[in-house]
Amino acid sequence: MKLLTDLDAIRTLTQSRLDNRRITGASGESITFRSVMVCGGTGCTSSDSNTIIAALEQEISSHGIESQVEVVRTGCFGLCELGPVVIVYPEGIFYSRVEVKDIPALVEQHLLNGKPYDKKIYEKTRHGEEILSFEETDFYKKQVRIALRNCGTIDPEVIDEYIASDGYKALAQVLTTMSREQVIDTVKQSGLRGRGGGGFLTGLKWEFAAKQNKPQKYVICNADEGDPGAFMDRSILEGNPHSVIEAMAIAGYAIGANQGFIYVRAEYPIAVQRFTKALDQAREYGLLGDDIFGTGFTFNIDVRLGAGAFVCGEETALIHSIEGHRGMPTPKPPFPAVEGLWGMPTIINNVETLANIAQIILNGAEWYASIGTEKSKGTKVFALGGKVVNTGLVEVPMGITLREVIFEIGGGIPGGKKFKAVQTGGPSGGCLTEEHLDCTIDFDTLTSLGSMMGSGGMIIMDEDTCMVDVARFYLDFTRDESCGKCTPCRIGTKRLLEMLDKITEGKGTMEDLENLEQLSLQIKNASLCALGQTAPNPVLSTIKYFRDEYMAHITDSKCPAGVCKSLISYEIDAELCRGCSLCARKCPSDAISGKVKEPYVIDKATCIKCGVCFDVCKFKAVAIV
Amino acid sequence: MEHQQTCSSADIAEADERLEKVKHAIEQFKLMKGALIPVLHEVQDIYGFLPEPVLQVVSEELNLPLSEIYGVASFYHFFSLTPKGENVIHVCMGTACYIKGAQAVLDRLSTELKVPVQGTTEDNKFTLEATRCLGACGLAPVMTIGEKVHGRLVPNAVPKILIEYK
Repeated sequence: MKLLTDLDAIRTLTQSRLDNRRITGASGESITFRSVMVCGGTGCTSSDSNTIIAALEQEISSHGIESQVEVVRTGCFGLCELGPVVIVYPEGIFYSRVEVKDIPALVEQHLLNGKPYDKKIYEKTRHGEEILSFEETDFYKKQVRIALRNCGTIDPEVIDEYIASDGYKALAQVLTTMSREQVIDTVKQSGLRGRGGGGFLTGLKWEFAAKQNKPQKYVICNADEGDPGAFMDRSILEGNPHSVIEAMAIAGYAIGANQGFIYVRAEYPIAVQRFTKALDQAREYGLLGDDIFGTGFTFNIDVRLGAGAFVCGEETALIHSIEGHRGMPTPKPPFPAVEGLWGMPTIINNVETLANIAQIILNGAEWYASIGTEKSKGTKVFALGGKVVNTGLVEVPMGITLREVIFEIGGGIPGGKKFKAVQTGGPSGGCLTEEHLDCTIDFDTLTSLGSMMGSGGMIIMDEDTCMVDVARFYLDFTRDESCGKCTPCRIGTKRLLEMLDKITEGKGTMEDLENLEQLSLQIKNASLCALGQTAPNPVLSTIKYFRDEYMAHITDSKCPAGVCKSLISYEIDAELCRGCSLCARKCPSDAISGKVKEPYVIDKATCIKCGVCFDVCKFKAVAIV
Repeated sequence: MEHQQTCSSADIAEADERLEKVKHAIEQFKLMKGALIPVLHEVQDIYGFLPEPVLQVVSEELNLPLSEIYGVASFYHFFSLTPKGENVIHVCMGTACYIKGAQAVLDRLSTELKVPVQGTTEDNKFTLEATRCLGACGLAPVMTIGEKVHGRLVPNAVPKILIEYK
């Protein structure tokens, strides 16, 4: 078992390693030790960051400079678009889209000779002759990283590095100097609201559970991120798993629980592996288990793998899943804080929520409450995706505007296209338009506009996106994910989807549009759980803000964005066609005919509208009409 | 169905080792509350899907009716009751990928492989599946074939990628 003094010793020993991962302003030859941080998040791992690490290590050892360089596989840096990402400290040089073939030159020029390897330096860090540190770029400048604070700076698989960055200090402080009430008060005062979607006050939830007088209580971490287009929980588990473990133990102490569960998606193998490893390390150090820090407090955490059911994000459904049943929700009350897992008081907190806890304890409730807006405190992590230049993960203070996030941090819309809409809150949220760009991002503003914070997916759409199709996409998702228990959700979402299908096929009527709105409101009012209650949001918000687009589908049988297959057809522009025959050769339904060197023609009756001809044509002769 | 049953029974007769592994896993979880889902994860890990004869073993060992096990197994998307092809293709249909044209990639795969979504090719080489979100939105549109991730896809890239696996 580790004691407080042991933690201090580890902190002192490991500190110098972490100090070296700061930008010092030193340059060139005076630097004697460098840290090469390679992103090991899912995004960068997918673009081969593991091979890059292996190549780096090999190259470093072939030059015999192992003692002057460390290579660290970190969590997500955020700028997934540019992966694989490599940052070299102490200069803080940011390299993007690094390939294995770049490694020999990078090692020789930068690590051996102290001159940044020009070819892969991130464009935005160039300022004339000067190279800025990544922290000064638009992407990072406005971010405040609390939940993500160790993502990218420590090796998530080394517990000592977490300890050296003040890890487990909050747990020690809580166990040795604070009463349960004080802990709950601190979390309450901080104003932290649940980041999983509901936005309920975390401290209040803890207080409900703490007040229950039962022999057994549980803490559950919901890491079953099911929102399409959101990956912040995954990134925290991959980049800073100990922060979640520490917070679960603190929550356990606060409510009087000795057992925790983490319910994590089986589809996130790297997150599962890193979290399990972190658990083993915490147990080995005695930071989990019996008599933590010799205070008599016992806390254990078990892992439960989710099995791919979006509805398990709902608390009661998640509980049933851990109990080994179908993940179907039950009516509340009783709330889980009163009667949860196996009938015992249980709190369920989302990964991102928990990742804030240790920082709140260490820095105080006032510090946290000073960030954000009056009713939405602190920061929020967003997964920026879709038609935006900088796709990736950002953490910003609440109260920032959509425009700042999309255009300053996100870098705007690629390809000179026009911004059309932003979707927040995943399948439970809604689409907002250009007129909302200057609205602030917080729980209440987003809800009042017909969208919601949700878990924090933020998908940007440009003029090529059909809003009716987007609504149909979400309804297809919720219809599929509905557990089927309550009729409004099971049958209602199916009927909504049928009407949307009709409209995208050009067969919709004005009556359908009316019915869509009416049924949506009924489903919202009558469904048992949040899945059904929020499922119609994408429909309602798109009808509200993009009614003309629905009208175009219904009255003119046109899809203005050129997306809905039934309403578009492909044609070859005879003037642009050079008669290369490529489209005819690639067409899977033999719908294209013609003579080489003469314009080809598409037979609309045989065409299956797969778009292959459009993709392959080198002369832009195929048009969508 | 008949084919599938013979196939899985034969598999089990041949591979006692796998059944032993399942039994070992059950032994580990047996006393745990809510053991069923972790056990199903193990079975799927070992066999690649949930074969009926093995579910019968699970039913006996955990003392749960087979109907309840099917009820749970069929509820969750992650569990499969039918065998998969050699290479399972997961096309991400998360919002970010969808907006960037994942549907066209999925359609193209379906055309190239001549199977519908959720289908397995006749030669058992590929199973084509649409999945909710792989969480690699920076590389959208994305698909995985086995462990390997293919990102920034365009429909045209599909034939070339498939050749690697043929």
